[in-house]
Amino acid sequence: MPIFIDRRLNPKDKSLGNRQRFLKRAREELKRSIRDKVREGRIAEVGREHAVPMPHKDTSEPVFSDAGNSGRRQHVLPGNRTYISGDLIPKPGRGGMGSSAPGNKESEDDFRFVLSREEVLDLFFEDLELPDLVKLNLKQILTFKPKRAGFASSGSPTNINVGRTMRNSHGRRIALRRPKQAQLDAIAMQIAILEAQPLDTARRERIAALREEFDRLERRRRRVAYVDPVDIRFNRFDPQPQPNASAVMFCLMDVSGSMGEREKDLAKRFFVLLHLFLTRRYERTDIVFIRHTHEAQEVDEQTFFYHTQSGGTVVSTALEEMHRIIEQRYPAKEWNIYAAQASDGDNFATDSERCIELLGGKLMRLCQYFAYVEIIDERESHIFGSTENGTSLWRAYSTVDGKWPNFQMKRIAAPADIYPVFRELFARQPALRKSA
Amino acid sequence: MGTPARKSELLFSGADWDFKKLSRVYDEIEALGMEELRLDVYPVQMEVISSEQMLDAYSSVGMPLMYQHWSFGKHFLYNELLYRKGRRGLAYELVINSNPCIVYLMEENTMALQALVTAHAALGHNHFFKNNHLFRQWTDAGGILSYLNFAKSYISRCEERHGLAAVEAILDSAHALMDQGVFRYHRPPKPSGEQQREELRERLEYEERSYNDLWRTLPPSQEDDKAETSEDGVSERKKSLHLPEENLLYFLEKTSLILEPWQREIVRIVRVIAQYFYPQRQTQVMNEGCATFVHYTLMNTLFDRGRISEGAMLEILRNHSNVIFQPSFDDPRFSGINPYALGLDMMQDIQRISTEPTAEDRDWFPDIAGRGDWLETLLDAWANHRDESFIRQYLSPTLIRKWRFFVLGDGADQPHYEVASIHNERGYNRIRAALAQSYDLGASRPDIQVVDVALLGDRHLRLQHKVKNGIMLDNESRDATLRHIRNLWGYEVSLVAIDAETGATLSERWTKDC
Repeated sequence: MPIFIDRRLNPKDKSLGNRQRFLKRAREELKRSIRDKVREGRIAEVGREHAVPMPHKDTSEPVFSDAGNSGRRQHVLPGNRTYISGDLIPKPGRGGMGSSAPGNKESEDDFRFVLSREEVLDLFFEDLELPDLVKLNLKQILTFKPKRAGFASSGSPTNINVGRTMRNSHGRRIALRRPKQAQLDAIAMQIAILEAQPLDTARRERIAALREEFDRLERRRRRVAYVDPVDIRFNRFDPQPQPNASAVMFCLMDVSGSMGEREKDLAKRFFVLLHLFLTRRYERTDIVFIRHTHEAQEVDEQTFFYHTQSGGTVVSTALEEMHRIIEQRYPAKEWNIYAAQASDGDNFATDSERCIELLGGKLMRLCQYFAYVEIIDERESHIFGSTENGTSLWRAYSTVDGKWPNFQMKRIAAPADIYPVFRELFARQPALRKSA
Repeated sequence: MGTPARKSELLFSGADWDFKKLSRVYDEIEALGMEELRLDVYPVQMEVISSEQMLDAYSSVGMPLMYQHWSFGKHFLYNELLYRKGRRGLAYELVINSNPCIVYLMEENTMALQALVTAHAALGHNHFFKNNHLFRQWTDAGGILSYLNFAKSYISRCEERHGLAAVEAILDSAHALMDQGVFRYHRPPKPSGEQQREELRERLEYEERSYNDLWRTLPPSQEDDKAETSEDGVSERKKSLHLPEENLLYFLEKTSLILEPWQREIVRIVRVIAQYFYPQRQTQVMNEGCATFVHYTLMNTLFDRGRISEGAMLEILRNHSNVIFQPSFDDPRFSGINPYALGLDMMQDIQRISTEPTAEDRDWFPDIAGRGDWLETLLDAWANHRDESFIRQYLSPTLIRKWRFFVLGDGADQPHYEVASIHNERGYNRIRAALAQSYDLGASRPDIQVVDVALLGDRHLRLQHKVKNGIMLDNESRDATLRHIRNLWGYEVSLVAIDAETGATLSERWTKDC
């Protein structure tokens, strides 16, 4: 007779701790992988779930093992139907017959994690040195719309829900047995009939009894009200945050020769962050990509970040293009317009003047917000980080900065700068909105 | 023999199981196993678990108690993924070499499967564990669970005291050397009992208290210096350190100069566990073959006696044939030789040779052919062989023809494989030898030994890899593993590759370069 133990109800997830340890260890690799995904992927897809290949560097478990491409060995295999001794079989490419040799090495090649949206964002933001994601959510809700949310026992008379109130009252009347009008009428009728007949003692007593009953019922009717204050129900409304219907985000980027891989990557990360921010805030978010050299054009994301075409620099063309697109497709009444411009700041002095005109004259009135991000060399960051000196565009924009509260400008040099700068840019917004 | 009155009684009907049925079936099968196959087993403890718990058990190398380590989490995720995607089913059972023998049953199994598992694991594996000489000699079935319990709590205490990262570093390094952490030839010290461990712990604590670093840093005297370099000194030193030593973990545990007592103890735990699993790795074919032979024989006997319904028997047979499915080498499903299939076939072949031998069998197996006592032969083989010797002794020409085995010569520098032998008169012996060889862990694992150490010089540890048939180590994993050895040793480590035949040095690798 064996011993039986039913372990099914034991705590599950005995290896949860082990899994967490593994994920912790794999974290660096996962982060790198997410970073690559962000770099290659489309901005709008950053928040999606991602499958990440099994990280290898920190989580491999090396042992001494034979190299496959050396020495002489013998394999014993079953199922020979055609070969005789001395036959030569050409070796297929790697991983063919070679891997079918005896031994049961597990291959973990296609082992992939699927990271949830939150995990992806966590890893994404971690790289940006985000203290905690919640802060992104704080300052976004602008209007509220009341939404029906059940019933309440107190409220203003305009919100009385008649149906629910009457149902309560009906229930209470049944429970407390409130006499009905029909009952009273019936007794009154009986009395009337009796009184119409000649009176004798029996009838008189009967009438007296009926009268008494009539009075009792009427007293009861008065005591048990038809509608009592406890029956009354009010419609309850909950203030629901109302998303501003839609937003469009203009990504403006200078693609002149000086914008290299690093600069574009930084710009992209900034745009990704802005997009995440906007998608949480608005139901619908459009992105418009405008790249410019000495002339500007609207392009798709792929071209925006990866196209190598280059040329001279005329920044104002991008602003003109943006204005044209707003006129055409995004009326400022219906759309919340955001713009982020990334550039290394090189521009002709005359064109910078033109930019100021365009911004001051047209765009700043239309835009909710215009952020200018200047991407500088890491070596420059400690020189220019806090000064107002700098490139031609920076100096020009500084004058706009003073005039328009919804214009902000910052310099970044490394991925770790992006989030702090982003927060600074967008943290001022509530104050700005009041003053605007 | 079942009496006629019992003959028509079914042991169970329907697919549902309950503990009463399980117990009845176990008792019946155990009695039958003793009567028909003269099995001798440890008492059994059956544990019913869910599929998730089976995954848990899988990933902590099948043990119910295991210390925590990230690699188990990695394997859990890997197995879970395969399972979730339906790429791999879960085992129906898991059995642990302990006394009492623990058998895990999955709650999803039908009653017929539970019966099959009972015969397979609770009797077949159990008999093998209890009687095979490797297990008897190298593992302590009575002590393993309490040892693992000790290991688990010891390691978690270390984590509390020294931090997760410090413990993890030692475990990672020790895990990398598990293959080189077993005694192959001489008998290891037995895993210590409860009391010995308590003493050990006290000793370690005493050493920690009374440890004085001053003694270690005393400058060496002149004589020591001389002894270090002279010829006599070298051999003296090697002798005192028991060099060469093939058990790297043992060597590091005993002689590493930088390991603290608790780190030594962790290395020791990993080594003991590696040693515990070593017999299992040497007896895959025999162990699975034995269990499969037992369940096949017992289930058929039960069916013949009318104790199992036809429906249940069909289900059992379907699962049985899945388990012993062996695709040919050119089949996309081929992934090596199925130990269940080979083991079962060889054992049934022994049965056949004993009872209905052909002339060929009489030539090849004069000792057993036609003697009729197949059970005697099998019990003896189960007790005294491992895969390599079992195949070398019992793989018959009949079976080689049935399996259509052939040997493929594979020279790394050749553009072709060469078919060396096929299943014909000339090939039988060579196929048998080659197959047996491939199951010889001692021969197929890289042979790496500690050969010397400069204890009073720069404390440089020298390892030697004897290269057989020109098979070198994979560079990347070699370097990574060497770094792990350096972690445990604390000083420079070098690995010399020596050709086993000519003695020529093929390559040398230092940790400072990798």
